[in-house]
Amino acid sequence: MVEWTDFERATIQNIFSKLDYESVGHNALGRCLVVYPWTQRYFGKFGNLYNAAAIMGNPMVAAHGAVVLHGLDRAVKNMDDIKATYAELSVLHSEKLHVDPDNFRLLADCLTIVVAAKLGASFTADVQAAFQKFLAVVASALRRQYH
Amino acid sequence: MSLTAKDMSVVKAFWGKIGSKADDIGAEAFGRMLTVYPQTKTYFSHWADLSPGSAQVKKHAKVIIGAVSDAVAHIDDLPTALSQLSEVHASKLRVDPANFKILAHNIIVAAAMYFPADFTPEVHVSLDKFLQNLAWCLAERYR
Repeated sequence: MVEWTDFERATIQNIFSKLDYESVGHNALGRCLVVYPWTQRYFGKFGNLYNAAAIMGNPMVAAHGAVVLHGLDRAVKNMDDIKATYAELSVLHSEKLHVDPDNFRLLADCLTIVVAAKLGASFTADVQAAFQKFLAVVASALRRQYH
Repeated sequence: MSLTAKDMSVVKAFWGKIGSKADDIGAEAFGRMLTVYPQTKTYFSHWADLSPGSAQVKKHAKVIIGAVSDAVAHIDDLPTALSQLSEVHASKLRVDPANFKILAHNIIVAAAMYFPADFTPEVHVSLDKFLQNLAWCLAERYR
């Protein structure tokens, strides 16, 4: 089981309580598709992803970004059993979506950057450490059912 | 993933905009790296004070970000511009090149924090590419 300090727990709850899931999800996923264009391979049905403007303006990207953030919310609310919380989602990403787990890290990095831009100076090094640890635990849970 | 002419002009423009804040961004990135990725502290075990605001940390951050600014100025020929630094990192410092990615990530986080409006996805991708190219050139002499 993952050990969370009081600071880490409080930090995660605090950060997510400040986020507009729709906007942050949109920005993080869009940024991921722009900065790491090979991730577009999973979104063949999303229509126009031709350039940064098209990606950021694409309503399917925005909608899916929100889905991802709401998915993260489940871990925020179950920090003591993220593995079990994501067991089904892990199977989905492996068996049905066939997503290379390295992409979880890429999206996590983009999310960190979007949150950093939003929170500015209050996104201290300790806050960043807690946030990245949380996302690493999520990524690990999501890759757990891969075989 | 080599730099296009557009990448080069985007990076130069953004770095120009950063201007004198480059030192702050460098200090922020380097200090952050030592906290968020504690394994990077192993390269600085000879320093007395590894806390983010310490004089040694700030001084070294300035050296690093100065080298990055210099690389921006020579962005159209990074291998030549970085060949000496590569030699130093290969033979003397022997920093595991995986850490270049870690520092790059923190430079990007710092850039996003200090310039949220200017650090658009387009700037992000070009800066990311530039830092990866820089890292690649820095590791050139390793083996």
